[in-house]
Amino acid sequence: MKKVEAVIRREKLNNVRDALESIGVPSMNVIEVSGSGEQKEFKQQWRASEYSVHLIPRIRLETVVSDQNAEAVAHEILKAAWTGSVGDGIIFITPIEEVVRVRTGEKGEDAI
Amino acid sequence: MIGRVARIAIIAAFLLLLIPALAVPAAAADGNIDKADTAWVLVCTALVFIMTPAVALFYGGMLRKESVLSMLGQSIIVIGIVTVIWVVIGYSLAFGPDMNGVIGGPDFVMLRSVGLTPSPVYATSIPQLEFMMFQGVFAIVTVALILGAVAERMRSKALIVFIVIWSILIYNPIAHWVWGSGGWIGKLGALDFAGGTVVHIASGVSALAAAMVLGKRFTAGDGNDVPHNIPLVILGGALLWVGWFGFNGGSALAANEVAVNAFVVTQIAAATAAVTWGTISWLHLGRPGVLGLITGGIAGLVAITPAAGYVDTTGAIIIGLGAGIFCYLGIIVRRRIRVDDALDVWGIHGVGGTWGAIATGIFATTAVNSAGKNGLLFGGTDLIVSQLIAVAAVWAFAFGATFVLLKAIGKFTELRLNKDEERIGADIIQHGESAYS
Repeated sequence: MKKVEAVIRREKLNNVRDALESIGVPSMNVIEVSGSGEQKEFKQQWRASEYSVHLIPRIRLETVVSDQNAEAVAHEILKAAWTGSVGDGIIFITPIEEVVRVRTGEKGEDAI
Repeated sequence: MIGRVARIAIIAAFLLLLIPALAVPAAAADGNIDKADTAWVLVCTALVFIMTPAVALFYGGMLRKESVLSMLGQSIIVIGIVTVIWVVIGYSLAFGPDMNGVIGGPDFVMLRSVGLTPSPVYATSIPQLEFMMFQGVFAIVTVALILGAVAERMRSKALIVFIVIWSILIYNPIAHWVWGSGGWIGKLGALDFAGGTVVHIASGVSALAAAMVLGKRFTAGDGNDVPHNIPLVILGGALLWVGWFGFNGGSALAANEVAVNAFVVTQIAAATAAVTWGTISWLHLGRPGVLGLITGGIAGLVAITPAAGYVDTTGAIIIGLGAGIFCYLGIIVRRRIRVDDALDVWGIHGVGGTWGAIATGIFATTAVNSAGKNGLLFGGTDLIVSQLIAVAAVWAFAFGATFVLLKAIGKFTELRLNKDEERIGADIIQHGESAYS
Protein backbone atom coordinates (compact mmCIF):
# COMPACT_ATOMS: atom_id res chain seq x y z
CA MET A 1 0.00 0.00 0.00
CA LYS A 2 1.07 3.56 -0.62
CA LYS A 3 0.17 6.90 0.83
CA VAL A 4 -0.21 9.61 -1.79
CA GLU A 5 0.15 13.08 -0.29
CA ALA A 6 -0.48 16.03 -2.54
CA VAL A 7 0.06 19.69 -1.70
CA ILE A 8 -2.21 21.59 -4.05
CA ARG A 9 -3.75 24.99 -4.64
CA ARG A 10 -6.80 25.61 -2.48
CA GLU A 11 -8.97 26.40 -5.44
CA LYS A 12 -8.07 23.06 -7.10
CA LEU A 13 -9.38 20.89 -4.26
CA ASN A 14 -12.77 20.26 -5.81
CA ASN A 15 -11.24 19.35 -9.20
CA VAL A 16 -8.87 16.91 -7.56
CA ARG A 17 -11.56 15.36 -5.38
CA ASP A 18 -13.87 14.85 -8.36
CA ALA A 19 -11.06 13.32 -10.40
CA LEU A 20 -10.16 10.85 -7.64
CA GLU A 21 -13.78 9.92 -7.11
CA SER A 22 -14.14 9.22 -10.84
CA ILE A 23 -11.39 6.56 -10.61
CA GLY A 24 -12.91 5.02 -7.50
CA VAL A 25 -10.82 6.66 -4.78
CA PRO A 26 -13.32 8.46 -2.50
CA SER A 27 -11.31 8.21 0.77
CA MET A 28 -9.10 11.11 1.67
CA ASN A 29 -8.08 13.53 4.39
CA VAL A 30 -7.80 17.20 3.62
CA ILE A 31 -5.73 19.57 5.75
CA GLU A 32 -5.16 23.30 5.44
CA VAL A 33 -1.46 23.98 5.44
CA SER A 34 0.87 26.86 4.73
CA GLY A 35 4.30 26.47 3.32
CA SER A 36 6.97 27.73 1.01
CA GLY A 37 8.53 26.40 -2.14
CA GLU A 38 9.61 27.84 -5.44
CA GLN A 39 6.84 30.45 -5.39
CA LYS A 40 8.10 33.84 -4.19
CA GLU A 41 6.68 35.61 -1.14
CA PHE A 42 3.85 38.03 -1.78
CA LYS A 43 3.05 41.44 -0.31
CA GLN A 44 0.13 42.47 1.86
CA GLN A 45 -0.44 45.94 3.26
CA TRP A 46 -1.02 47.12 6.80
CA ARG A 47 -1.88 50.84 6.94
CA ALA A 48 0.78 52.80 5.10
CA SER A 49 3.25 49.93 4.93
CA GLU A 50 3.71 46.51 3.37
CA TYR A 51 4.73 43.18 4.79
CA SER A 52 5.79 39.97 3.07
CA VAL A 53 3.90 36.73 3.38
CA HIS A 54 6.47 33.93 3.08
CA LEU A 55 4.27 30.98 3.97
CA ILE A 56 1.57 30.54 1.38
CA PRO A 57 -1.71 28.80 2.18
CA ARG A 58 -2.28 25.46 0.42
CA ILE A 59 -4.31 22.28 0.84
CA ARG A 60 -2.66 18.98 1.68
CA LEU A 61 -4.70 16.02 0.54
CA GLU A 62 -3.73 12.52 1.57
CA THR A 63 -5.08 9.16 0.56
CA VAL A 64 -3.89 5.60 1.00
CA VAL A 65 -4.27 3.21 -1.96
CA SER A 66 -3.02 -0.15 -3.16
CA ASP A 67 0.46 -0.31 -4.71
CA GLN A 68 -0.85 -0.70 -8.25
CA ASN A 69 -3.26 2.30 -7.92
CA ALA A 70 -0.69 4.77 -6.63
CA GLU A 71 0.59 5.76 -10.08
CA ALA A 72 -2.95 6.36 -11.40
CA VAL A 73 -3.92 8.43 -8.38
CA ALA A 74 -0.82 10.59 -8.71
CA HIS A 75 -1.53 10.99 -12.40
CA GLU A 76 -5.13 12.13 -11.78
CA ILE A 77 -3.99 14.63 -9.17
CA LEU A 78 -1.36 15.94 -11.57
CA LYS A 79 -3.98 16.48 -14.29
CA ALA A 80 -6.57 18.04 -11.99
CA ALA A 81 -4.28 20.33 -10.01
CA TRP A 82 -2.14 21.60 -12.86
CA THR A 83 -2.18 25.26 -13.97
CA GLY A 84 1.36 25.57 -15.30
CA SER A 85 2.29 28.45 -13.00
CA VAL A 86 4.81 28.34 -10.18
CA GLY A 87 3.07 27.08 -7.03
CA ASP A 88 1.06 24.18 -8.43
CA GLY A 89 2.30 21.99 -5.60
CA ILE A 90 3.99 18.67 -5.07
CA ILE A 91 3.09 15.00 -4.62
CA PHE A 92 4.78 12.58 -2.19
CA ILE A 93 4.31 8.81 -2.37
CA THR A 94 5.40 6.74 0.62
CA PRO A 95 4.98 3.06 1.56
CA ILE A 96 2.41 2.19 4.24
CA GLU A 97 3.12 -0.78 6.48
CA GLU A 98 -0.34 -1.64 7.72
CA VAL A 99 -3.91 -0.36 7.69
CA VAL A 100 -6.65 -1.38 10.14
CA ARG A 101 -10.27 -0.37 9.71
CA VAL A 102 -11.67 0.59 13.11
CA ARG A 103 -15.26 -0.62 12.65
CA THR A 104 -14.55 -4.07 11.25
CA GLY A 105 -10.99 -4.81 12.25
CA GLU A 106 -10.16 -5.60 8.60
CA LYS A 107 -6.51 -5.29 7.74
CA GLY A 108 -4.38 -4.52 4.71
CA GLU A 109 -5.85 -3.71 1.29
CA ASP A 110 -9.29 -4.86 2.43
CA ALA A 111 -9.34 -1.98 4.87
CA ILE A 112 -8.71 0.83 2.41
CA MET B 1 -57.40 31.98 37.00
CA ILE B 2 -57.65 33.62 40.38
CA GLY B 3 -53.88 33.53 40.60
CA ARG B 4 -53.56 35.48 37.38
CA VAL B 5 -56.09 38.07 38.47
CA ALA B 6 -54.24 38.50 41.73
CA ARG B 7 -50.95 38.94 39.89
CA ILE B 8 -52.39 41.56 37.58
CA ALA B 9 -53.85 43.37 40.56
CA ILE B 10 -50.48 43.42 42.31
CA ILE B 11 -48.72 44.71 39.19
CA ALA B 12 -51.40 47.36 38.75
CA ALA B 13 -51.00 48.41 42.37
CA PHE B 14 -47.26 48.77 41.87
CA LEU B 15 -47.79 50.80 38.72
CA LEU B 16 -50.13 53.11 40.63
CA LEU B 17 -47.47 53.52 43.30
CA LEU B 18 -44.99 54.50 40.60
CA ILE B 19 -47.10 57.34 39.28
CA PRO B 20 -46.21 59.85 41.97
CA ALA B 21 -42.56 58.80 41.68
CA LEU B 22 -42.62 59.41 37.95
CA ALA B 23 -44.38 62.69 38.49
CA VAL B 24 -41.58 64.03 40.70
CA PRO B 25 -39.02 64.67 37.94
CA ALA B 26 -41.63 66.29 35.73
CA ALA B 27 -42.60 68.57 38.57
CA ALA B 28 -38.96 69.32 39.35
CA ALA B 29 -38.26 70.63 35.86
CA ASP B 30 -39.11 74.26 35.87
CA GLY B 31 -40.43 74.26 32.36
CA ASN B 32 -37.60 75.92 30.51
CA ILE B 33 -36.17 72.78 28.93
CA ASP B 34 -36.68 72.39 25.21
CA LYS B 35 -38.12 68.99 24.41
CA ALA B 36 -36.57 68.70 20.96
CA ASP B 37 -33.13 69.60 22.31
CA THR B 38 -33.54 67.17 25.18
CA ALA B 39 -34.57 64.34 22.85
CA TRP B 40 -31.73 64.99 20.40
CA VAL B 41 -29.01 65.11 23.02
CA LEU B 42 -30.34 61.90 24.64
CA VAL B 43 -30.05 60.13 21.29
CA CYS B 44 -26.58 61.58 20.74
CA THR B 45 -25.47 60.41 24.19
CA ALA B 46 -26.37 56.86 23.23
CA LEU B 47 -24.61 57.28 19.86
CA VAL B 48 -21.42 58.47 21.54
CA PHE B 49 -21.63 55.64 24.08
CA ILE B 50 -21.46 52.96 21.35
CA MET B 51 -18.19 54.50 20.18
CA THR B 52 -16.29 52.96 23.10
CA PRO B 53 -17.10 49.31 22.29
CA ALA B 54 -16.70 50.36 18.64
CA VAL B 55 -13.15 51.57 19.29
CA ALA B 56 -12.40 48.20 20.87
CA LEU B 57 -13.73 46.31 17.82
CA PHE B 58 -11.82 48.66 15.51
CA TYR B 59 -8.63 48.09 17.50
CA GLY B 60 -9.22 44.42 18.31
CA GLY B 61 -9.45 43.33 14.69
CA MET B 62 -6.01 44.82 14.07
CA LEU B 63 -4.39 42.79 16.84
CA ARG B 64 -3.29 39.17 16.92
CA LYS B 65 -6.13 36.79 17.63
CA GLU B 66 -4.48 36.10 21.00
CA SER B 67 -5.13 39.68 22.17
CA VAL B 68 -8.49 40.71 20.74
CA LEU B 69 -10.43 39.78 23.85
CA SER B 70 -8.18 41.78 26.15
CA MET B 71 -8.88 44.87 24.04
CA LEU B 72 -12.63 44.32 24.21
CA GLY B 73 -12.41 43.63 27.93
CA GLN B 74 -10.36 46.75 28.59
CA SER B 75 -12.99 48.87 26.87
CA ILE B 76 -15.66 47.52 29.19
CA ILE B 77 -13.38 48.13 32.17
CA VAL B 78 -13.00 51.73 30.99
CA ILE B 79 -16.78 52.12 30.65
CA GLY B 80 -17.26 50.84 34.19
CA ILE B 81 -14.51 52.76 35.94
CA VAL B 82 -14.80 56.07 34.13
CA THR B 83 -18.58 56.21 34.50
CA VAL B 84 -18.28 55.88 38.27
CA ILE B 85 -15.38 58.35 38.46
CA TRP B 86 -17.34 60.79 36.33
CA VAL B 87 -20.42 60.89 38.54
CA VAL B 88 -18.43 60.84 41.78
CA ILE B 89 -15.89 63.56 40.99
CA GLY B 90 -15.03 63.91 37.29
CA TYR B 91 -17.99 66.01 36.22
CA SER B 92 -17.38 68.37 39.09
CA LEU B 93 -13.68 68.77 38.28
CA ALA B 94 -14.48 69.47 34.63
CA PHE B 95 -17.67 71.50 34.89
CA GLY B 96 -17.92 72.60 38.53
CA PRO B 97 -17.62 76.32 39.33
CA ASP B 98 -14.27 77.55 38.02
CA MET B 99 -11.22 77.82 40.25
CA ASN B 100 -8.58 80.10 38.68
CA GLY B 101 -9.30 78.84 35.17
CA VAL B 102 -7.58 75.57 36.02
CA ILE B 103 -10.13 73.19 37.51
CA GLY B 104 -13.77 72.95 38.50
CA GLY B 105 -14.79 73.17 42.16
CA PRO B 106 -16.35 70.38 44.24
CA ASP B 107 -19.97 71.59 44.04
CA PHE B 108 -21.08 68.75 41.78
CA VAL B 109 -19.37 65.88 43.62
CA MET B 110 -21.74 62.87 43.60
CA LEU B 111 -23.87 64.96 41.21
CA ARG B 112 -25.02 67.05 44.12
CA SER B 113 -27.32 69.76 42.75
CA VAL B 114 -26.99 68.39 39.22
CA GLY B 115 -30.67 68.05 38.50
CA LEU B 116 -33.35 68.07 35.90
CA THR B 117 -33.29 71.81 35.41
CA PRO B 118 -30.79 73.26 32.94
CA SER B 119 -27.46 74.57 34.11
CA PRO B 120 -27.33 78.37 33.90
CA VAL B 121 -24.06 78.24 31.92
CA TYR B 122 -23.97 74.98 29.92
CA ALA B 123 -26.59 73.68 27.51
CA THR B 124 -29.28 75.97 28.84
CA SER B 125 -32.20 74.21 27.15
CA ILE B 126 -31.67 70.65 28.43
CA PRO B 127 -31.53 69.18 31.94
CA GLN B 128 -28.09 69.48 33.49
CA LEU B 129 -28.25 65.78 34.37
CA GLU B 130 -28.44 65.05 30.64
CA PHE B 131 -25.53 67.40 29.86
CA MET B 132 -23.55 65.55 32.55
CA MET B 133 -24.18 62.18 30.89
CA PHE B 134 -23.43 63.50 27.39
CA GLN B 135 -20.09 64.79 28.66
CA GLY B 136 -19.59 61.53 30.55
CA VAL B 137 -19.57 59.39 27.42
CA PHE B 138 -16.89 61.70 25.98
CA ALA B 139 -14.77 61.15 29.09
CA ILE B 140 -15.18 57.39 28.59
CA VAL B 141 -14.27 57.23 24.91
CA THR B 142 -11.23 59.47 25.40
CA VAL B 143 -9.68 57.01 27.84
CA ALA B 144 -10.63 54.07 25.60
CA LEU B 145 -8.76 55.60 22.66
CA ILE B 146 -5.45 55.34 24.55
CA LEU B 147 -5.86 51.54 24.83
CA GLY B 148 -4.67 51.18 21.23
CA ALA B 149 -1.18 52.39 22.14
CA VAL B 150 -0.58 49.99 25.02
CA ALA B 151 -2.33 47.03 23.39
CA GLU B 152 -1.22 43.43 23.90
CA ARG B 153 1.25 44.12 26.67
CA MET B 154 -0.02 46.21 29.59
CA ARG B 155 -0.85 44.42 32.83
CA SER B 156 -4.43 44.75 34.04
CA LYS B 157 -3.51 46.07 37.50
CA ALA B 158 -1.26 48.81 36.15
CA LEU B 159 -3.79 49.66 33.46
CA ILE B 160 -6.62 50.08 35.95
CA VAL B 161 -4.54 52.40 38.14
CA PHE B 162 -3.61 54.33 35.01
CA ILE B 163 -7.23 54.63 33.87
CA VAL B 164 -8.36 55.96 37.25
CA ILE B 165 -5.61 58.56 37.64
CA TRP B 166 -5.51 59.60 33.97
CA SER B 167 -9.23 60.18 33.93
CA ILE B 168 -9.22 62.25 37.13
CA LEU B 169 -5.99 64.20 36.82
CA ILE B 170 -5.45 64.54 33.08
CA TYR B 171 -8.80 64.40 31.29
CA ASN B 172 -10.78 66.53 33.71
CA PRO B 173 -8.40 69.51 33.84
CA ILE B 174 -8.13 69.58 30.03
CA ALA B 175 -11.92 69.39 29.69
CA HIS B 176 -12.21 72.25 32.16
CA TRP B 177 -9.60 74.43 30.44
CA VAL B 178 -11.33 74.09 27.08
CA TRP B 179 -15.02 73.62 27.85
CA GLY B 180 -15.49 74.57 31.49
CA SER B 181 -17.00 77.99 32.11
CA GLY B 182 -14.00 80.13 33.06
CA GLY B 183 -11.44 77.59 31.82
CA TRP B 184 -8.29 79.39 30.67
CA ILE B 185 -8.13 77.98 27.12
CA GLY B 186 -11.79 78.74 26.49
CA LYS B 187 -11.33 82.26 27.89
CA LEU B 188 -8.42 82.73 25.50
CA GLY B 189 -10.93 82.37 22.69
CA ALA B 190 -9.89 78.97 21.38
CA LEU B 191 -12.68 76.96 19.73
CA ASP B 192 -13.11 73.22 20.14
CA PHE B 193 -16.56 72.23 18.97
CA ALA B 194 -16.62 68.55 19.92
CA GLY B 195 -13.22 67.63 21.30
CA GLY B 196 -10.30 68.03 18.88
CA THR B 197 -8.07 69.04 21.78
CA VAL B 198 -9.97 67.59 24.75
CA VAL B 199 -10.57 64.16 23.24
CA HIS B 200 -8.22 63.60 20.33
CA ILE B 201 -5.04 65.51 21.13
CA ALA B 202 -5.34 64.50 24.79
CA SER B 203 -5.70 60.79 23.98
CA GLY B 204 -3.39 60.75 20.95
CA VAL B 205 -0.48 62.50 22.62
CA SER B 206 -0.94 60.53 25.84
CA ALA B 207 -0.87 57.41 23.70
CA LEU B 208 2.52 58.40 22.33
CA ALA B 209 3.89 58.99 25.83
CA ALA B 210 2.42 55.70 27.06
CA ALA B 211 3.92 53.74 24.17
CA MET B 212 7.31 55.33 24.87
CA VAL B 213 7.24 54.43 28.56
CA LEU B 214 6.05 50.86 27.93
CA GLY B 215 8.45 50.15 25.08
CA LYS B 216 8.04 47.88 22.11
CA ARG B 217 6.03 44.69 22.17
CA PHE B 218 8.24 41.60 22.08
CA THR B 219 5.94 40.32 19.37
CA ALA B 220 6.13 43.48 17.23
CA GLY B 221 7.72 42.83 13.87
CA ASP B 222 7.89 39.06 14.37
CA GLY B 223 5.72 38.48 11.32
CA ASN B 224 2.61 37.55 13.31
CA ASP B 225 1.71 41.09 14.28
CA VAL B 226 -0.70 41.60 11.41
CA PRO B 227 -4.44 42.32 11.62
CA HIS B 228 -6.25 39.08 12.44
CA ASN B 229 -9.75 40.17 11.41
CA ILE B 230 -10.20 43.14 9.10
CA PRO B 231 -14.02 42.74 8.88
CA LEU B 232 -14.07 43.32 12.66
CA VAL B 233 -12.07 46.51 12.09
CA ILE B 234 -14.60 47.65 9.49
CA LEU B 235 -17.48 46.85 11.85
CA GLY B 236 -15.88 48.90 14.62
CA GLY B 237 -15.01 51.67 12.18
CA ALA B 238 -18.57 51.77 10.84
CA LEU B 239 -20.01 51.96 14.36
CA LEU B 240 -17.54 54.75 15.15
CA TRP B 241 -18.63 56.62 12.03
CA VAL B 242 -22.30 56.35 13.04
CA GLY B 243 -21.49 57.33 16.61
CA TRP B 244 -19.62 60.37 15.38
CA PHE B 245 -22.84 61.92 14.13
CA GLY B 246 -23.85 62.03 17.78
CA PHE B 247 -20.39 63.15 18.86
CA ASN B 248 -20.36 66.18 16.56
CA GLY B 249 -24.07 66.68 15.92
CA GLY B 250 -24.81 66.43 19.64
CA SER B 251 -22.12 68.92 20.57
CA ALA B 252 -24.44 71.70 19.43
CA LEU B 253 -26.31 70.63 22.60
CA ALA B 254 -29.53 71.51 20.81
CA ALA B 255 -31.55 70.35 17.81
CA ASN B 256 -30.73 73.44 15.79
CA GLU B 257 -28.96 74.79 12.69
CA VAL B 258 -25.50 74.31 14.16
CA ALA B 259 -26.27 70.65 14.86
CA VAL B 260 -27.30 70.12 11.24
CA ASN B 261 -24.18 71.84 9.97
CA ALA B 262 -21.98 69.75 12.26
CA PHE B 263 -23.74 66.57 11.14
CA VAL B 264 -23.28 67.34 7.44
CA VAL B 265 -19.66 68.51 7.52
CA THR B 266 -18.83 65.42 9.59
CA GLN B 267 -19.93 63.21 6.70
CA ILE B 268 -18.16 65.38 4.13
CA ALA B 269 -14.81 65.38 5.92
CA ALA B 270 -14.92 61.64 6.69
CA ALA B 271 -15.77 60.74 3.11
CA THR B 272 -13.09 63.04 1.70
CA ALA B 273 -10.46 61.62 4.03
CA ALA B 274 -11.37 58.00 3.18
CA VAL B 275 -10.98 58.71 -0.54
CA THR B 276 -7.77 60.65 0.07
CA TRP B 277 -6.26 57.82 2.13
CA GLY B 278 -7.26 55.24 -0.47
CA THR B 279 -5.67 57.30 -3.22
CA ILE B 280 -2.44 57.81 -1.30
CA SER B 281 -2.09 54.09 -0.53
CA TRP B 282 -2.86 53.29 -4.18
CA LEU B 283 -0.03 55.57 -5.29
CA HIS B 284 2.31 54.51 -2.48
CA LEU B 285 1.76 50.74 -2.36
CA GLY B 286 0.08 50.02 -5.66
CA ARG B 287 -3.34 49.06 -4.26
CA PRO B 288 -5.93 50.78 -2.08
CA GLY B 289 -5.99 48.82 1.21
CA VAL B 290 -9.38 48.30 2.82
CA LEU B 291 -7.98 48.81 6.30
CA GLY B 292 -6.58 52.08 4.98
CA LEU B 293 -9.93 53.20 3.59
CA ILE B 294 -11.69 52.88 6.94
CA THR B 295 -8.68 54.37 8.73
CA GLY B 296 -8.89 57.36 6.41
CA GLY B 297 -12.56 57.78 7.28
CA ILE B 298 -11.74 57.79 10.98
CA ALA B 299 -8.92 60.31 10.41
CA GLY B 300 -11.41 62.61 8.70
CA LEU B 301 -13.87 62.25 11.57
CA VAL B 302 -11.13 63.14 14.05
CA ALA B 303 -10.04 66.21 12.13
CA ILE B 304 -13.53 67.65 11.62
CA THR B 305 -14.38 67.22 15.32
CA PRO B 306 -13.11 70.59 16.60
CA ALA B 307 -14.35 72.38 13.48
CA ALA B 308 -17.76 70.80 12.89
CA GLY B 309 -19.83 73.65 14.32
CA TYR B 310 -17.80 76.40 12.66
CA VAL B 311 -16.89 75.44 9.08
CA ASP B 312 -18.78 75.13 5.81
CA THR B 313 -18.56 72.62 2.96
CA THR B 314 -15.30 74.00 1.52
CA GLY B 315 -13.68 73.93 4.94
CA ALA B 316 -14.87 70.35 5.51
CA ILE B 317 -13.44 69.08 2.22
CA ILE B 318 -10.05 70.69 2.86
CA ILE B 319 -10.02 69.37 6.42
CA GLY B 320 -10.81 65.87 5.12
CA LEU B 321 -8.10 66.14 2.48
CA GLY B 322 -5.56 67.26 5.07
CA ALA B 323 -6.62 64.50 7.47
CA GLY B 324 -5.92 61.82 4.85
CA ILE B 325 -2.50 63.26 4.03
CA PHE B 326 -1.25 64.18 7.51
CA CYS B 327 -2.47 61.05 9.30
CA TYR B 328 -0.97 58.81 6.61
CA LEU B 329 2.32 60.64 7.14
CA GLY B 330 1.78 60.40 10.90
CA ILE B 331 1.77 56.61 10.72
CA ILE B 332 4.92 56.59 8.60
CA VAL B 333 6.67 58.97 11.00
CA ARG B 334 5.62 56.87 14.01
CA ARG B 335 7.21 53.78 12.42
CA ARG B 336 10.36 55.78 11.61
CA ILE B 337 10.84 56.91 15.20
CA ARG B 338 10.33 53.28 16.29
CA VAL B 339 7.72 53.94 18.96
CA ASP B 340 5.36 51.00 19.31
CA ASP B 341 2.11 52.95 19.49
CA ALA B 342 0.59 49.67 18.42
CA LEU B 343 -2.54 50.94 16.67
CA ASP B 344 -1.37 54.43 15.76
CA VAL B 345 -3.49 56.36 18.23
CA TRP B 346 -1.05 59.26 17.92
CA GLY B 347 -0.91 59.05 14.13
CA ILE B 348 -4.68 59.25 13.80
CA HIS B 349 -5.98 61.09 16.88
CA GLY B 350 -2.92 63.12 17.85
CA VAL B 351 -2.08 64.25 14.33
CA GLY B 352 -5.69 64.44 13.11
CA GLY B 353 -6.81 66.36 16.20
CA THR B 354 -3.92 68.80 15.82
CA TRP B 355 -4.69 69.38 12.14
CA GLY B 356 -8.38 69.87 12.96
CA ALA B 357 -7.67 72.36 15.74
CA ILE B 358 -5.35 74.40 13.54
CA ALA B 359 -7.70 74.13 10.56
CA THR B 360 -10.49 75.52 12.75
CA GLY B 361 -8.34 78.63 13.12
CA ILE B 362 -8.14 78.87 9.33
CA PHE B 363 -11.59 77.86 8.06
CA ALA B 364 -14.02 78.85 10.84
CA THR B 365 -16.67 81.31 9.72
CA THR B 366 -19.38 83.16 11.59
CA ALA B 367 -21.61 82.60 8.57
CA VAL B 368 -22.07 79.05 9.89
CA ASN B 369 -22.28 79.86 13.59
CA SER B 370 -22.66 83.36 14.97
CA ALA B 371 -21.33 82.13 18.30
CA GLY B 372 -18.08 81.14 16.54
CA LYS B 373 -15.32 83.28 15.10
CA ASN B 374 -13.76 83.99 11.75
CA GLY B 375 -10.59 82.10 10.92
CA LEU B 376 -7.66 83.32 8.83
CA LEU B 377 -9.49 82.69 5.57
CA PHE B 378 -12.34 84.95 6.65
CA GLY B 379 -10.19 87.78 7.94
CA GLY B 380 -9.84 86.75 11.60
CA THR B 381 -6.28 86.61 12.93
CA ASP B 382 -6.88 86.11 16.68
CA LEU B 383 -8.43 82.67 16.40
CA ILE B 384 -5.45 80.90 14.83
CA VAL B 385 -3.22 82.23 17.62
CA SER B 386 -5.49 80.93 20.38
CA GLN B 387 -5.87 77.61 18.52
CA LEU B 388 -2.07 77.22 18.40
CA ILE B 389 -1.75 78.03 22.10
CA ALA B 390 -4.50 75.50 22.91
CA VAL B 391 -2.79 72.82 20.83
CA ALA B 392 0.62 73.48 22.40
CA ALA B 393 -0.77 73.53 25.95
CA VAL B 394 -2.73 70.29 25.60
CA TRP B 395 0.18 68.56 23.84
CA ALA B 396 2.62 69.56 26.58
CA PHE B 397 0.33 68.71 29.49
CA ALA B 398 -0.96 65.42 28.09
CA PHE B 399 2.49 64.20 27.10
CA GLY B 400 4.29 65.30 30.24
CA ALA B 401 1.64 64.21 32.71
CA THR B 402 1.07 60.80 31.09
CA PHE B 403 4.81 60.14 30.90
CA VAL B 404 5.35 60.97 34.57
CA LEU B 405 2.20 59.11 35.65
CA LEU B 406 3.21 55.85 33.97
CA LYS B 407 6.80 56.10 35.22
CA ALA B 408 5.38 56.55 38.73
CA ILE B 409 2.96 53.62 38.43
CA GLY B 410 5.89 51.55 37.17
CA LYS B 411 7.68 52.14 40.49
CA PHE B 412 4.92 50.31 42.36
CA THR B 413 3.77 47.60 40.00
CA GLU B 414 4.86 45.80 36.85
CA LEU B 415 3.57 47.72 33.81
CA ARG B 416 3.97 44.95 31.28
CA LEU B 417 3.52 41.28 30.65
CA ASN B 418 6.80 39.42 30.38
CA LYS B 419 8.07 37.98 27.12
CA ASP B 420 6.51 34.53 27.46
CA GLU B 421 3.18 35.89 28.66
CA GLU B 422 3.04 38.28 25.75
CA ARG B 423 3.76 35.47 23.28
CA ILE B 424 1.01 33.31 24.77
CA GLY B 425 -1.26 36.33 24.58
CA ALA B 426 -3.04 38.75 26.87
CA ASP B 427 -6.40 36.99 26.48
CA ILE B 428 -5.35 33.80 28.21
CA ILE B 429 -2.79 35.34 30.57
CA GLN B 430 -4.95 38.21 31.86
CA HIS B 431 -8.48 36.92 31.43
CA GLY B 432 -8.26 33.13 31.25
CA GLU B 433 -10.30 33.13 28.06
CA SER B 434 -9.63 32.88 24.35
CA ALA B 435 -11.64 34.71 21.72
CA TYR B 436 -11.99 31.85 19.31
CA SER B 437 -12.18 28.23 20.31
